[in-house]
Amino acid sequence: MSTTAQPGPVNIPAPRSSQRSSQRSNFELYSWLFMRVSGLVLVFLVLGHLLIMNVLDGGVQRINFAFVAGRWSSPFWQVWDLLMLWLAMLHGTNGMRTIINDYAERDQTRFWLKMILYVAAGFTIILGTLVIFTFDPNIG
Amino acid sequence: MATMSSGTLYRGGEGMWTWVVHRIAGVAVFFFLLVHVLDTALVRVSPQLYDQVIASYKTPIVNLLEVGLVGAVLYHALNGVRVILVDFWAKGPRLQRQMTWVVGTVWVVLMLPGAFFMLKHTVETMFGSAA
Repeated sequence: MSTTAQPGPVNIPAPRSSQRSSQRSNFELYSWLFMRVSGLVLVFLVLGHLLIMNVLDGGVQRINFAFVAGRWSSPFWQVWDLLMLWLAMLHGTNGMRTIINDYAERDQTRFWLKMILYVAAGFTIILGTLVIFTFDPNIG
Repeated sequence: MATMSSGTLYRGGEGMWTWVVHRIAGVAVFFFLLVHVLDTALVRVSPQLYDQVIASYKTPIVNLLEVGLVGAVLYHALNGVRVILVDFWAKGPRLQRQMTWVVGTVWVVLMLPGAFFMLKHTVETMFGSAA
């Protein structure tokens, strides 16, 4: 009768199962998913925006206040621009957050770079939103 | 762990370079986006001021930079779709190299007419065939 160890049931806990179960959040998963979903929507919104603004019918040469006023008289372009602003800012800010986390080594540096990023992003999103909602074609 | 001080460059082939260019293009577009929201916000200040600032977008050098911006956005978009296909499409990981070539080809095919129409006015005024 042999006493050689036979492969049998071994009780090894799944890697990192203890941390995973309770205190860790799924933030990074949602952020990963958000980049793909928002990215796909932005492909259409941003490439459409660039095509209209920079390529078709004279491109950037025809853009002025009257041109903007004409576009924003339509709710369609207001919604387009608002959605593009929010998605692009959140997508870009999340990308910058990833890059800061990758390259800034000191905790203090990472923290402050991200604070600057979030303040700049928050300011830009609020400013852009206010501009779209409060636009006045008869100003000045 | 690779750090900035120990060096982050590894020889990862085209997969690494598509990733490096994706990052650089993304950062460049992000900074432009901040500036672009600010310049557009001038429509709330005065039409004259807005038109004055937008006029700088129509100068030859900035016009050329816009072609670079569109090129960066287009690459980031096409490569982003490739990343999505690698992540979510069953055949994606196996075809990622072929998809890299598709990204490059589509980029060139779209940029050629795109750059032509974007630079048309600038070239015509600089070389005198337009008024």
